[in-house]
Amino acid sequence: MTERKIRVLIAKPGLDGHDRGAKVVARALRDAGMEVIYTGLRQTPEMIAETALQEDVDVVGVSILSGAHMALVPRMVELLSANGQENVKLFVGGIIPEADIIELLKLGVLAVYGPGTSSRKYIQEIQQAVWGETAA
Amino acid sequence: MSRSRTGLAEEAMAGSRLSLARLLTQVENDTPEGRSALDWLFPHAGRAHLIGVTGSPGTGKSSLVNRIAQAYRNPGGELTPRTVGVVAIDPTSPFSGGALLGDRVRMRDLAGDPGVFIRSMASRGALGGLARQTAGAVQVLDAVGFDVILIETVGAGQSEVDIARLAHTTLVVEAPGLGDEIQAIKAGILEIADILVINKADHPGVANTERALRSMLEMGYSRRRSRRSKEQPDLEDPISAEWLPPLLKTVATEGTGTGELVQAIDRHLVYLKSHGELQRRQYERLLNELDVLVQSTLVSRWHSGLQEELYDEVVAQMCDRKISPYQAMEELIKAT
Repeated sequence: MTERKIRVLIAKPGLDGHDRGAKVVARALRDAGMEVIYTGLRQTPEMIAETALQEDVDVVGVSILSGAHMALVPRMVELLSANGQENVKLFVGGIIPEADIIELLKLGVLAVYGPGTSSRKYIQEIQQAVWGETAA
Repeated sequence: MSRSRTGLAEEAMAGSRLSLARLLTQVENDTPEGRSALDWLFPHAGRAHLIGVTGSPGTGKSSLVNRIAQAYRNPGGELTPRTVGVVAIDPTSPFSGGALLGDRVRMRDLAGDPGVFIRSMASRGALGGLARQTAGAVQVLDAVGFDVILIETVGAGQSEVDIARLAHTTLVVEAPGLGDEIQAIKAGILEIADILVINKADHPGVANTERALRSMLEMGYSRRRSRRSKEQPDLEDPISAEWLPPLLKTVATEGTGTGELVQAIDRHLVYLKSHGELQRRQYERLLNELDVLVQSTLVSRWHSGLQEELYDEVVAQMCDRKISPYQAMEELIKAT
């Protein structure tokens, strides 16, 4: 039996236009055998949550370089759970201050990946978060 | 799995978008639950207008789907909006098995509309421009009540023509600068067009593209006409029915020409209904689906009853060129 494909949504909420990081991550996850849905720039948390629902993803990754993470991420967590997708893993990429990382992890965020994170690290952690759970 | 096998399907029919999304995953992964749901939903399907959108990569298929869906949602005047399901297929990497599904980037105008449901699918190794489970996903969206279902194929070149079997109305999207008249008279993708669209019609070279495609279409017309004039109109012959694929120009990013395109799609539906073509296409599609299922089931049954040693031996003989592939096949069939 083949392993179930991991479906990931990579999204950019908010107003910053720096999508290089999001694209690099999307590409790395694709090369790790995942099905990656990419939605482009300037998405609202509502749009991202709706896409996550329609696509029935296992994981949502949001890339935030605008500094608005403490507004956007809690909203994402809230919307996912309101849609019945509280099991979806949420990870954050971007430049996030240490103190805020702690807060975000408390909200249930899987991980926060800063610049220079190796792709092997986040690929492994995502696979473990999705497959580890279904195997249990 | 504790829930009943049709639980998701019943919830999706009752309007749960989360159950619909989860059901599509089951169908896409061809799980037992997905199969039971398809069996259960089959009698409810068959009402939606299935519109296929195909063409080379970069011709603007996703942007057109975005515009067509918008037109159905906001028809203007007294018309009732129709609900729209979208299935958008992108290729799976043959190396990693992963995929980047980016069609939604062009469909952001549809976000937040409860009358629209978009699902991206990876082709997962299928070669005809669709994924193996696309028909199943479409059947689900049809059964839960979407009026129109837009199916966007993988960026298709010349022979990815499976969409014509699945869809009622097939749009082939071209763009200026992609090929000359010889491309236009080759067999394959252009032949399946019910409607031909030249998108990016604000780009240079549009006149050449239009001329090439129009002359290709006219050759097709005159062939059909002469056949009709020689014989009496034959109602059994689908070619004698007179749908002549229109050629339309659009600029999807600006919405130019998309109103006319939607009118042409609607005209085609009227034509299909009034000529019995809808039933004929459905009949052919189901027959084909049955054929494929019977074949794959027989092959897998045959495989499970096969002795491995015998198989290896026959293959070895064939590779030594002692027996031909045909003889090898006879050996193996005889043995089971």
